Amino acid sequence: MNSNLQLDAKGLSCPMPIVKTKKAMDTLATGEILEVQVTDKGALADIPAWANAGGHTILDKSEDAGVITFFIQKA
Amino acid sequence: MSVLKWSAAEVARKVIDNKELFILDVRNTDAFEDWKIDGHKFEYLNIPYFELLDGVEEILPKIPTDKDVLVVCAKEGSSMMVAEMLSDAGRTVAYLEGGMKTWSEYLEPIKVGDLTGGGELYQFVRLGKGCLSYMVISEGEAAIIDAVRFTDVFTNFAKEKNVQIKHIFDTHLHADHISGGRHIAAQTGATYYLPPKDAEEVVFDYTPLVDGNVVQIGASKIDVGALYSPGHTIGSTSFVVDNKYLLTGDILFIDSIGRPDLAGLAEDWVGDLRETLYKRYRELSDDLVVLPAHFMIIDELNEDGTVAKRLGELFAENHGLNIEDDETFRSIVTDNLPPQPNAYQEIRQVNMGKITPAIEEQTEMEIGPNRCAVR
Repeated sequence: MNSNLQLDAKGLSCPMPIVKTKKAMDTLATGEILEVQVTDKGALADIPAWANAGGHTILDKSEDAGVITFFIQKA
Repeated sequence: MSVLKWSAAEVARKVIDNKELFILDVRNTDAFEDWKIDGHKFEYLNIPYFELLDGVEEILPKIPTDKDVLVVCAKEGSSMMVAEMLSDAGRTVAYLEGGMKTWSEYLEPIKVGDLTGGGELYQFVRLGKGCLSYMVISEGEAAIIDAVRFTDVFTNFAKEKNVQIKHIFDTHLHADHISGGRHIAAQTGATYYLPPKDAEEVVFDYTPLVDGNVVQIGASKIDVGALYSPGHTIGSTSFVVDNKYLLTGDILFIDSIGRPDLAGLAEDWVGDLRETLYKRYRELSDDLVVLPAHFMIIDELNEDGTVAKRLGELFAENHGLNIEDDETFRSIVTDNLPPQPNAYQEIRQVNMGKITPAIEEQTEMEIGPNRCAVR
């Protein structure tokens, strides 16, 4: 999947993955896609909940060797 | 203003002393609704931290200035961030050191009572998870029942009391938390007992715990006697201590009874559960004080923080002991059961010795309430 911006939040623990995701999202325009990679397990539930609260859409989520990748489309 | 850091021990004192506290829980709504820090006089506001990234102004009116405020999250990081934001806005608040992870692990030893010849019985209350462990102490010796995995708490307590741990029992193969029993036994040279019917798949050595087994603790020979009481699991065994206390494991709680399904055989074990609660326990003295292996709700705690009640009172008040009809009983304990404890199948595997996850993973597995009861 293509994205407009990639964010590496690996190795960061809560709340930093969400703080950085939000900041990155703020730089995008509606309809653009952010790709974010995290390793903090808490982000697994928090990123979708955060996206949901802001109306953003999770287009894809995958996990590989402990790295979770989200593709989020800005509302 | 300023940010304070509270330990789980300080929060536990608030719970046990029935103090007022305002908790701002900044975890996800799902996580909060599933499991939180319970206190008789606690008030709550749940706003996920990610909704506060732009500031806390909107929630300031909801946060009292006339009582202690504690910010709580899963691990600590988010609660620190929110506490600092509140501090910048002029408030003095605390955050919970280590978050709900640490809360889940904290154990508070509380004395239940004296035993014959100067012995003592302690209940270790794990407030965050609702787990209860026990230590019987008498003249330099100790027995432990249903130890949770924080072995240091028990070995340090034994040192402090100057007693040697001789016997360690698990009332059954636990599904909601990881047992510390065999690890304490390995450290101290104590004998570790498990009911053989629960232990068919375990991969370590243990001493079989069977009906009628009695061990004596200390020179005054305080009896710890085993009473086979199946139903939660097929091996579930209770203990009568000093003819005064009945340790019921996960068979009978203060305000509920054990569920028969966590090892996957609810239909097979419902009859055993009925027999234990309605026949075997009925033959015991009403004056025995019931000490269960769990509590589910904060109302089950007594004024002093212990979880204990006379068997006679439970026969009168506990709904699960007052179901006349066999079929109604069967239906209540097998239909519409609440969700199982988090990671219960993996936890059983750990307690059988089949898998040995890293400490961090063990913490993750044990997150959430124990869910061993049916109400």
